[in-house]
Amino acid sequence: MRRLSLFNVTSLSLGFAFLYLPMIILVIYSFNASKLVTVWAGFSTRWYGELLSNEAFLDAAWVTIRVAVMSSTVATVLGTMAAWVLIRMGRFPGRTLFSGMVYAPLVMPEVITGLSLLLLFIGIGLDRGVLTIVLAHTTFSMCYVSVVVSSRLASFDQSLEEAALDLGCTQWQAFRLVTLPIIAPAVISGWLLAFTLSLDDLVIASFTAGPSATTLPIKIFSSIRLGVSPEINALSTIMIGIVAVGVVIASLATKRSVLRQRADEHAAARAD
Amino acid sequence: MPQTVFAPWDDPKETPLIRFEGVTKRFGDFTAIDNVSVDIFAREFFALLGPSGCGKTTLMRMLGGFETPTEGKIWLGGQDIGRTPPNKRPVNMMFQSYALFPHLSVWENIAFGLRRERLDKDKIAARVEEMLRLTRLQRFAKRKPHQISGGQRQRVALARSLAKAPKLLLLDEPLGALDAKLRQDTQFELVDIQEKTGTTFVIVTHDQEEAMTVATRVAVMDEGRIVQISTPDKIYEEPQSVYVADFIGDVNIIEGTASATGPETYAITWGEGRPPLIAQSQRSFSEGQACSLAIRPEKVAIHAQEPEALNRVRGKILDIAYLGNLSTYHVELAGGQIVKAQEANTRRIARRSFTWEDEVWLSWSDTAGVLLAE
Repeated sequence: MRRLSLFNVTSLSLGFAFLYLPMIILVIYSFNASKLVTVWAGFSTRWYGELLSNEAFLDAAWVTIRVAVMSSTVATVLGTMAAWVLIRMGRFPGRTLFSGMVYAPLVMPEVITGLSLLLLFIGIGLDRGVLTIVLAHTTFSMCYVSVVVSSRLASFDQSLEEAALDLGCTQWQAFRLVTLPIIAPAVISGWLLAFTLSLDDLVIASFTAGPSATTLPIKIFSSIRLGVSPEINALSTIMIGIVAVGVVIASLATKRSVLRQRADEHAAARAD
Repeated sequence: MPQTVFAPWDDPKETPLIRFEGVTKRFGDFTAIDNVSVDIFAREFFALLGPSGCGKTTLMRMLGGFETPTEGKIWLGGQDIGRTPPNKRPVNMMFQSYALFPHLSVWENIAFGLRRERLDKDKIAARVEEMLRLTRLQRFAKRKPHQISGGQRQRVALARSLAKAPKLLLLDEPLGALDAKLRQDTQFELVDIQEKTGTTFVIVTHDQEEAMTVATRVAVMDEGRIVQISTPDKIYEEPQSVYVADFIGDVNIIEGTASATGPETYAITWGEGRPPLIAQSQRSFSEGQACSLAIRPEKVAIHAQEPEALNRVRGKILDIAYLGNLSTYHVELAGGQIVKAQEANTRRIARRSFTWEDEVWLSWSDTAGVLLAE
């Protein structure tokens, strides 16, 4: 192993400090006994307890999760369909325009997306609430899903679908029994991407949320304006914890699949 | 007892299983298939042979239902299947990439088509076992496609496409991904399985040796048209055009003008000051008509001294291609034309009688070559 030089150590610690110092401070202060955010007064889990009894935060969290699940599910279905059409149907009139339009929201400023959705909802007289946030999140996250899924579909051997048709499948059966299981990892990561995008979206949600429904990012942002409370620190620590667990699980799963693939290759080599 | 030869195409009473009737396929401005008519008979092993881009794959995909003809009709067992979707025709295809479903085991891959027919579980299991036995894959039934070797994958693809007992099996370059040794074994295995199951096979290939080995008849294609359909031996011995002669195997083409010297015998003038070449031909040529004499290298003999032969030419050895069992001598004639002669290496290489730059004589009989008009 190469020895760590002074330069390496410095750049490594600087890099990590830059990334994680703010979060570490946040986590430490979430266990602060004092109500004052910047004054350390000993270890306590008091704010976690208070958080659990704060109905406004719990409501917002519940709304956020519901919105994220619904919007990412709808976005995954729509995004996968769009990707399938763009990759599979070959050249149809207006394909370039259509594919451009699917990907445009990726680069569209969120403020504009949010504003135009707001105008639309007002125009058709739709009361703002959970439904409007779900619709808005679906709109902007489906293009992310379609990017992820279409890149997988592009490398997908089309003769697999033809083989399924050849063996007696209808178009839909071929998609359900062959295409979908094979592209499932891309569809799942598309869903996760849409889910995270929806979880932490502030801009679009604040345009489309109504008094009846507030998401967690909006709630956090608005309560910060009244001063940072230790409860927010506690809430953020929980969120960091959830994300960390998710990342660890994902990397373990990846590692396992790599190991399994290696074992398969060995098996194939032995089969020769 | 005379052995019956399998040749339904010579029997006018026989009705073909497949009939292409003036089929044309265009992709935009490009004509992939140009007015093709061909009959394929039950139990045939029919090869579509040609260079890439000649339309052979398009023709096969029309049989599979993945392309629809722009004009003309395709009949299968008396039914027009031109516009029938792939899942509604009694035809199965073995894909060039094998197209095995990676998320299913070998067993499930073979059962896939049977399950779509909603057969009994027992019936499906029995049929899959039968297919596994036929292709010697019993040991690998539980493996996934990426856990087996290339040759085994090829057999899974074959088993899967045969499982539904199709009237017609299409094979798209089935041996393209295998190495040379495995390929030869697999060719014979394919013929064996075709005979055992009695299925009609149509194979697409660009490898003439493969086509000759497996097929009962070969259709040579060029630019969307079938230029010749014949049994492998006739394609080789009696090509009808320079294109076919040149595409199948190695050939010497000598161009000249024909003049009749007797019944079915012609003298070919092929350059000033040279004695004309004599060739027999059932195809008739008018006086002075341009023609090409096609002679296979193995029908040209090589001599150190001037031989007593009807056709003999003199030249210098330019190159020797040593292939182990055979050697091909590239001999340059006086006019610069190169004629190839092939000899079996019956003696050790050290004892070989000819070497580079040697002056030699080449000879062939009047029936060795084929006289072609185009």
